[in-house]
Amino acid sequence: MRKFVYLKNVVTLQLDKDKCNGCGMCIKVCPHAVFEISNKKVEILQKDACMECGACALNCASEALTVKTGVGCAAGIIEGMLKGTEPTCSCSSAGCC
Amino acid sequence: MPSQSIINPLRLMPFAARVPKVTSELNWKDKLGAVKARLAINRHAYMVNAGLYAIGNPNKSSDVFVTSNYKLTFDILRKNLADFNAWMLVLDTKGVNVWCAAGKGTFGTDELVKRINKTFLTDIVSHRKLILPQLGAVGVAAHKVKEQTGFSVSYGPVRAEDIRAYVARGYKVTPTMRKVAFPLLERLKLVPVEIVLSYKYFFAGLLILMGLSGIHPDGYSIVSIAEKWVSVTLNTLVTFLAGTFFSPLLLPYIPFRSFSAKGLVVGLCSAVILLMFNALGGNFVENIAWVFLFGAISSFFAMNFTGASTYTSLSGVLKEMKIAIPIQITLAIVGLVLFTVAQLIN
Repeated sequence: MRKFVYLKNVVTLQLDKDKCNGCGMCIKVCPHAVFEISNKKVEILQKDACMECGACALNCASEALTVKTGVGCAAGIIEGMLKGTEPTCSCSSAGCC
Repeated sequence: MPSQSIINPLRLMPFAARVPKVTSELNWKDKLGAVKARLAINRHAYMVNAGLYAIGNPNKSSDVFVTSNYKLTFDILRKNLADFNAWMLVLDTKGVNVWCAAGKGTFGTDELVKRINKTFLTDIVSHRKLILPQLGAVGVAAHKVKEQTGFSVSYGPVRAEDIRAYVARGYKVTPTMRKVAFPLLERLKLVPVEIVLSYKYFFAGLLILMGLSGIHPDGYSIVSIAEKWVSVTLNTLVTFLAGTFFSPLLLPYIPFRSFSAKGLVVGLCSAVILLMFNALGGNFVENIAWVFLFGAISSFFAMNFTGASTYTSLSGVLKEMKIAIPIQITLAIVGLVLFTVAQLIN
C-alpha cells in the first residue's frame, strides 16, 4: 500500500530529551510510528508523519513532549473561523469523520 | 421501599449479576443501523447507554475492554469478542467514535475514572487492568487513570479486528496493529458521509449556475435555462464527484501532498477529459469557464476530505488552507465571470 505523508515541516511536535525517561509510552500510543527508541531515550524518527493528535504528549508522564493539538479538518477550521472559535470537528454533533 | 432503607437492596445483589449481557452476533437491525450511520442518517442518535456490559460469562478475572457508546463502534467491538468471556466498559462519548471522542476529550481520563466508579468496577473484577483501543490515548492519560483509580491502562490494537491476535500474543501489539492506515475500503466508507454532509453546497452551486444560465443577449430568459439545465447539472455533478469521490478514491496516486492541490488536479483533469469529448456543452468561452469552475469546486471538496483522512495535522491543514482558499475563490470568480460572458455572447 502507498504511504501517506502530509505536508513537510509544519508539525508542532517537540521533544525535550532531558525530560525523557525512555519509558516508550509515546511509541505505544502513536498511530503513525513517529518515534523510535535509541540509547534509552526516545527520538523523533519521522516528524512529518505526525498528525498532531496529542496522544504522546498526554500519555507522557514526564512531560517531555509538547504538540499543539487540533483537528486536521478543513471543514472544522472553516466552521471555527465563521463562529470565531477554535477549529472544531464540525461532525461533533453528527457523529464523526 | 428502596429509598427508605439504609442499605440499597440493589447493593445486596452481586454487582456482576446486574450487568447487562450482550451477544457477539449482529442481527439485521444492527447491520441496517450501520448502513444508515455510514449514510449519515440519524447518525448522532446512534448510541448505546454508557456503562458495563458482559459478553459471554465473564468472572472476576476477565478482561475489561473499554469503548465508546457510538453503536457502530460498540457493535464492531462485541462482534470481535465472539467466544470471549469479557467485560465491556462503555464510556459516554455522546455517540461519537473513540478517536474523534478522544480528540474532543469525551473519551477521556475524567469520563473513564467516573465510569469506573459508577459501575463499581473495583468490586466486579479482582484485577486492576483495562484494555483501551490505542486511539483512545488521544483523550486518556494512562498514568493519571492509574493514579486516580489504581487501574493500569493497556493500549491494545487500533482496530478491534486485531483483538483476538493481540490477546493470543499475550497482550502484545505488533507494529502493524499500532499504525493507522487509510486503505481504499476505509476511504470509500467515508465518501457517502462526505457527500451527504456537502450536498447543500452542491445545490447552492447548481442554483447559482442555473440562475446565470438564464442570462441572454436579449435579457433574461427562462427558455435558455430550460435549454441548459441538463449540461449545467451534469457538469456540476461531475466536478462535485471529482472532489468528494474521485479525489478520495485516488488519494495516494494523485500528485502533491496537499488535498486541495490533489482536488485541483482531479478537477482540471475531469474538465479536460470532458472537453476532449466535447461534452461540456457550452460555447468556447463557457467551456473555458467550466475548466476554472471544475478546478475551484473539486479543490474545495477534496480539501474538506482532510477531516475524514487519518493523517492530516491541524498545522498542515491551516497552511494548506491559507494558500488554497484564495486560489479557489479566484478560480471560482473567474469561472463565474466567464460563464456570464459566455451567455452574453451566445
